[in-house]
Formats: sequence, structure tokens, C-alpha cells
Amino acid sequence: MQQRRSGTAASVSGMTIAFTGFTMLRRTLHRLLAASLLLLAALQAQALTSEQARAIASGDSEDRIAALNKAVETADDKTAAFIQALSDDAVKTSGDEVFVMKDDKAYDPVSGAELKLPDDADDVINNNLMRSALDAAQAALKLSSKDDKVRAEAAAALFKDPDESRVPIVEKALAAETNPKIKAQLELVRDAGMLTSADKAKRLASAIGLGANTSPDTKLLLNQRLADETDPEVKTAILASVAKIDATLVWGERINAVFSGISLGSVLLLSALGLAITYGLMGVINMAHGELMMIGAYATYVMQGVFQRFLPESLFGFYLVAAIPVSFLASALVGAILERGVIRFLYGRPLETLLATWGISLMLQQLVRSFFGAQNVGVENPAWMSGGLTMLSNVTLPWNRICIIVFAGLVLLAMGWLIGRTRLGLFVRGVTQNRPIASCMGVNTARIDTYAFALGSGIAGLAGCALSQIGNVGPDLGQNYIVDSFMVVVMGGVGQLAGTVYAAMGLGILNKFIEGWAGAVLAKIAVLVFIIIFIQKRPQGIFAVKGRSAEA
Amino acid sequence: MQRRFTLKALTAAVAFASLGAVPAFAADTIKIGVLHSLSGTMAISETSLKDTILMAVDDINAHGGVLGKKLEPVVVDPASNWPLFAEKTKQLLGQDKVAVIFGCWTSVSRKSVLPVLEEMNGLLFYPVQYEGEELSKNVFYTGAAPNQQAIPAVDYLMSKEGGGAKRWVLLGTDYVYPRTTNKILRAYLHTKGVKDTDIDEKYTPFGHSDYQTIVADIKKFSEGGKTAVVSTINGDSNVPFYKELGNAGLKAKDVPVVAFSVGEEELRGVDTKPLVGNLAAWNYFMSLKNPTNAAFIKQWSEYAKAKKIPLQMDKPLTNDPMEASWIGIHMWKQAVEKAGSTDTDKVIAAMAGQTFNAPSGIVSKMDENNHHLHKSVFIGEIKADGQFNVVWKTPGPVKAKPWSPYIEGNDKKPDHPAGKSM
Repeated sequence: MQQRRSGTAASVSGMTIAFTGFTMLRRTLHRLLAASLLLLAALQAQALTSEQARAIASGDSEDRIAALNKAVETADDKTAAFIQALSDDAVKTSGDEVFVMKDDKAYDPVSGAELKLPDDADDVINNNLMRSALDAAQAALKLSSKDDKVRAEAAAALFKDPDESRVPIVEKALAAETNPKIKAQLELVRDAGMLTSADKAKRLASAIGLGANTSPDTKLLLNQRLADETDPEVKTAILASVAKIDATLVWGERINAVFSGISLGSVLLLSALGLAITYGLMGVINMAHGELMMIGAYATYVMQGVFQRFLPESLFGFYLVAAIPVSFLASALVGAILERGVIRFLYGRPLETLLATWGISLMLQQLVRSFFGAQNVGVENPAWMSGGLTMLSNVTLPWNRICIIVFAGLVLLAMGWLIGRTRLGLFVRGVTQNRPIASCMGVNTARIDTYAFALGSGIAGLAGCALSQIGNVGPDLGQNYIVDSFMVVVMGGVGQLAGTVYAAMGLGILNKFIEGWAGAVLAKIAVLVFIIIFIQKRPQGIFAVKGRSAEA
Repeated sequence: MQRRFTLKALTAAVAFASLGAVPAFAADTIKIGVLHSLSGTMAISETSLKDTILMAVDDINAHGGVLGKKLEPVVVDPASNWPLFAEKTKQLLGQDKVAVIFGCWTSVSRKSVLPVLEEMNGLLFYPVQYEGEELSKNVFYTGAAPNQQAIPAVDYLMSKEGGGAKRWVLLGTDYVYPRTTNKILRAYLHTKGVKDTDIDEKYTPFGHSDYQTIVADIKKFSEGGKTAVVSTINGDSNVPFYKELGNAGLKAKDVPVVAFSVGEEELRGVDTKPLVGNLAAWNYFMSLKNPTNAAFIKQWSEYAKAKKIPLQMDKPLTNDPMEASWIGIHMWKQAVEKAGSTDTDKVIAAMAGQTFNAPSGIVSKMDENNHHLHKSVFIGEIKADGQFNVVWKTPGPVKAKPWSPYIEGNDKKPDHPAGKSM
């Protein structure tokens, strides 16, 4: 609305100028002068013409971009509105006519009048090339904005798609710019635009100037130019700038590698923590551990459904928070039933436990398949977990990974507190260290077993809740993590919480380090080989249980 | 009295039931096998193909069946387990005596059933784009060969319109289809003057879910020049891959990703807003506008609602392999009617030159010799709603070249299956 009103204002002022010119013509009869004035007025306030709109909206991308860049040079508010509509995919064409769509109604881009949309109208399709050009055009128009933030964004966007034809616009904006930060950015844009100039001096200045900016985009620009550059002097300048940028970027790459290692480590840690209790402390070889994680993930999915169906959309982002206790309780409940119903009869018989829990894992998978179907279900990231945190020009840390690292840390702390500082934890440790003596002291060991197993299962559920945010949720989710979980617990040393943490982080970083260098397939194999060798040399894991702990 | 009545009733019931059951016996129906993974990593892609075949069966039966007999589908689940594909094929051909099998997605599953098919002289309709390098007389390939998908996609990305890519990341799942496709693409890129230092080939295991390192590597690689990614990732790994791309802020305008196994169905449940502009190359898109496609989509939507197919009933989606399945079963029907028999060899002979009005808007033709369809190629960019904008297409149908000329020694191979009398 705003734009249309100001558009009308522009055409009114154009008419006023024309009218003044007309009276002048009548009064002084200096026809020639008046005619040129008219032309000038028309040029200055040249509104978007329908020919321009048609040329921008239809034809080959290359011609469209040329028309667009031309229109930007003499742009007014209508041009801006039209470009906006184009990048919103709200423009249709039919034959020679161009329509701007708004709320299912068609408008003329030039006059703003409402039109009847013919049935054969086609959407204007913008490919990547066209979209980049549209973004750059919009950015060029925004350079004169009063808002610092808009100008900064515009300068950043222009840098992505430099073009020599825009250098004059940028120069103009530079002259008017007062904010030093935006000024620096604009200088870069100008340099980038001149990189393809036919003038060697300009290219040289540009190549040296760009070395000051250490972003991957700059490196790409320089490298692209390097491929076509013929002048040796400019070539050396480009190479020097690239080397300078590389020296800075290498730090970002290191941070990336370490972060992805920690992130994988935190996933391993989450999936192994529950097992550290059920297998590590209690000695139950629980092959259904992965399925307890799967139940946690499905509980998250159910909560997502509940929020979608029963609660207002504004609250949807919180479904994950609500899913945390739900997934814990769901898995803990299944775990408790499992322990009461099956596992308590099998203590001290590891082989039977292994087989029984494996059978249970298959049953749980089939149960989920019958309820939710064999296909994966979609669990969405809430909006606050999408996107990433840009730390350096080449380091973007995804929010969902950051959240999971933090979450893993919190779960670890809570578990450490529960086992190390509470009465329940004391009983659990007592029972696992020496069952008969604990029993003599009046501890109800059977009940403690159930609690401990339910706790371990609940933590598996939390892991499932977290994993639903980064991977697929399907009936066989657990199968992908069960081997990893056992790997971590065995390597850390059975019965050692600290060992689990070290093993998870160590394996995560090791895996990512090898992957960066030998690929994902080899990394997986290499880690397994490493563990086999490690366990052969040191069967008790990183940390051995010291002292006289009696076998339960 | 009581007992006699019961006896009588029983006899009557049995007689009646056997009367009623007669049409269900093999003699009066034609059994067809449906061999798609309904669980495991490939279920995301293959489940809807099973439903497409079942819809076609309903449709054909409602119009009088084939040779006056109703079709009777036998659905089995090979569970994304490659050796199980071969076992299930043996069961379908040996026990159930099906006339034809519609099935498989991954090339490794097709390679697994191939020996069984050839030994027992079965017939398979394979509906997915693949790497070529195979031509069996027992298989009809209704998906694209490399020259009907991979090569045009790379050509497009190299063109000015497509961004003028100079460097290439070839990323795939570790099995025969991505490896062979990438071998062909590498050879093709060499002919276009691309050096090995500008090609980065990467593989991940099936079901891989941690794409951090890969995306970071792509970012780094792309600093060296305009880069495009060719993705042959298959199955549900695509979801974490695209999620990671979006979260890491890698935009299609900077580094476009063209995928050969990602369609409308795989993007369901992915937030596509950060992925706008990434590409897929197929021979059909749901967004194509033509009357045949409109009817196809309508039929599928109604079928999905009527059968309460999960996910599809709320948001029906069609895709390229579904179209290929649809074409396949209809051409088979036409061939059976032409041959007047379901005998494998007679049907194979009758398949040559069959035509069918494809939802992609062309009259699709089965090649007279090489068991592949002539297909139009479309390149689409992902839109915010998960559909595709067609940004490039071939002027007309392209004949398949199963033996890619970019692999050495292929020029001597005949354009028809070995052992087939020509």
C-alpha cells in the first residue's frame, strides 16, 4: 500500500514537471529547450514501463538480467515493488501481459490497476541465476535506505554478486556513506566489481584491496578471476591475497573439525549414558537399549502431533521442551516393565539376558511398526533450532547440534548428581558393589534394580528425543546406535561414568578426524578396527574398576 | 437331528464357499509380484511405488482386467535387505508363479535379483533411474539411463544459465549406482576439460546421518571456484543431508546441489525453505502441467484417500519413479494383450515399440531393441513448498543409452540384450 501510494506521488510529480514544461513552452516558445526539459523530466522520474516489465519477466535469463540491470539504473518505487514481487514468485505472464499477484488478485505492475487474470497465465519461473540477479538488484536499490542495518545487508548482498555495471551506484553510495563499517563493506563491493574490469590498474587495486577481507566469498571471487587472468602482475597479487585469506580460514576449518567431533561425541555420549547404567553398573547386556531410544524418539513425535493438533501454532516451538519429560517417562516405563517382567529372572545369566533382550527389541520394533507404520515419521526442528550461529566467516555452527551438546552436558550432570549425591544413587552403587551386604543393611535390592533399570531406560529415551532432531525417526532407529553405545561403554570401562564420557568424546573426534581425511565409509571401519585392537590390549577399558569390588 | 443339520449346513457351506472361491484361484486371475522395500532405509522411497502398482491394478481390474482375467497382486517386503530381494524373487517366481514382477529401487537390489530372473526366466519391470551398464532380456527399465538424467543435469549446471560450474563434488551412497554414475560423470567431465583436481568424489554408508564433515568439506572445496554438487545419495540419508545443508547456510545460489534420487516424496518432512533453488533431474515432476498428469495426480489423491495411505492421504505426492511404475504396468498390460499370453518370451517380444500416454506429457515409447523407454529430461529447482520449478527440459524424448559411451569398451556392446534373437 505504502509503495503504491508513493508510486502515485512520483507520477504526479512527473506530471507537474511536464506541466511546468508545457506552460514554459507556451510562454516563451523556446520549443527546443522545452522538449529537452521534458525528456530530462521523463528520464529522471522514469517509471517502470510495461515493456521493461515484460522484458524482465519473460525470455532467456540472460536477456532478463540485462533488462533488470538496466531498469535498476533508472529505478523508482514501482520498479522496486515489481522486483520484490518477482523474487516472491508473485508474478504471472500471459502472452505480452504481466501480472503482479497479491492475495489472489492480479494487478498491473505499471498502473497498479486491478486486472482480470486470464486462465492461461503462467508463473514466472526464476532460476538460481535470475534469483541472484534479483537479490543484487534489490540490494542496489536499498543502498540509499536511511536504516543502517538495511544498508549493511544490501552491501553484503551486493558483494555476493559483483558486477562492474554497478560500480557507479556503489561509488555514489560510498560518497554518501557515514557509517565506517558499511563504508568498508562498500569499498569491498567496489573492489569486487572492478576485479573483472578491462583496466589492468583497476584489477590490480582490486586484487590487493580484496586481500583485506578474509571471507570464503572473497577467496572464491579471487580464484574465479585467477582462472581467467592473463596478466602476470595481477596474478601474483591475486595469489598473495588468496594466501592471506587461506591463513585465516584455516582456523575456521580447525574449529569446524573439532566442533563436529564434539557434536558426534555428544550424540554417542547421550546414547551410551543410559547403557552405562543398565550395562555398566547393573551388568545387564541390554540389546533392547536402542529400542528404548526409539521409543523416546516416537514419544517426541507424538508430542509434536499433540502440539500441532491441540495447541495454538505460536506454542509449537515448545513441543520439544514438553517432549523431554514425556520421552523420559515413556522409556522409563517400558524399561521398568521389561525389568519386572523379564530381566529380573535372568540376573547372572548374561547369555540368556542377551537373547531375551534381543527378542524384546524385535518385538518393540514390530509394535511400533504396527502403530506408526514402517516408514520414517517426520519430526520437525522447532524454529529456534533451525539455522546456525555464524562465528567466523567460514564457521557456522548449527543450532540443533549446539543444543544437543548442551543437552548431553546437562543430562550427564544430572546423572552424575543422581548417582553420586542422592540416596537412590547410594543404594544403586551399594547394590551393584555388593548385593548381599546391601540387602543385609535393609536395602530392598529388587526395587533398586527396577529403579536403576528404569533410570537407564529413561535416559535412553532422552537420547531418542535428542536424536529425533538430527536424524530420521523410524522403527529401526535403535539399530543404528546400539553398536555405537556398546562400543563407548566397553571402551570407557564397564562401570565407569567418567570413562564413558572420555570414550564418547574420544571416539567422536577420532571418527571425524579420520572422516575428514579418508571419508565416511573408511572412518567407520577404522574406528571399529581401532576399538578391537584397543580392547585386546586393554580389556578393562580406559578406566579399570579399582579395589575389591565383589562381582554381583 | 441337530448333528445332521450341522453336517448338511457344513457341506452346503463348503460347496458354496468353493463356488465363491473359484474366481480367486490362479486359473482365472493373473498373479503379479510387487517387490518393494516397505521397511528399512529404502522404505521412504519404495513404499509409494507399491501403492502405485496397487492403484494401477485396481484401475485395470475395474476396466475388465487383462485378457478377461483379473490381476492379483502378491506384495512382499524385502526390507531394504539386498540378499532378501533374491529370496523373495525366487518365492514369487517359484511358489506364487507370478507372471511379472514390478520392483526394486537400488541397483544393488536389482543386481541381486538378476541371476534369479535369468535362471527362472522371470520378467522384471524396474522403475528407477540407474547407472546403465546392464541389459538383461528379462528386465524392462522404465527409469532413466545416465544419458537421460545425469549427463543433461551436468550439462545444465555447466551452462551459463545453470551457474557455470567449474568444480564438482560427486557425493553418493556407497554402492554400485553412485559409483558407476560418478565414473561416467568423471569421464564425461574430463571430455569437457575439467581436471581431476576440480573433482571431489565422496561416499557415505547407507543410512548415514551425520553430514557435518561432508558439508564443511563442500564449503571449503567451493572456495576454489564455482562449485556444483552432484548428489547420488539414496534413501533416508537425504533428510539429514538436506537438514545439514540448510542449517550450515549453504545456499543454492552459491553452491547448487543437483540430486538424482530426491523427488517430491523424499522432501516430505524436510523444511524446504533453506533449500530453494537446489535441483533435481528427472523425467517427470508433479508440477508438470498437462491433462494426463492432472488426471494421474487426481487418481492418486483419490486412491490415497480411499485407502487411507499414511502421509499420502493428507498430502498426496507423485514422483518420477511412480510415473515410471505406472507406465511400466500399463505397457505390460498392452503387451500381454498383444501377445495374447503372459508367457515371458511372448510378452518380451510384444513389448518392443509399445507406447503409452505418460503423465510427463509425452507419448512414451518402449525402444524396439534396448528395453528402455524414450524419455524427456526435466531439470527442476526446489520451491519453498517442496515442489519443483522446471527450469530446463529437452525438446523431446531422448533414446536411452544403457552402455554409456564415456566408459571404455562400451562402443562395441550391442544395443539389445544378449541372447535375444533380433
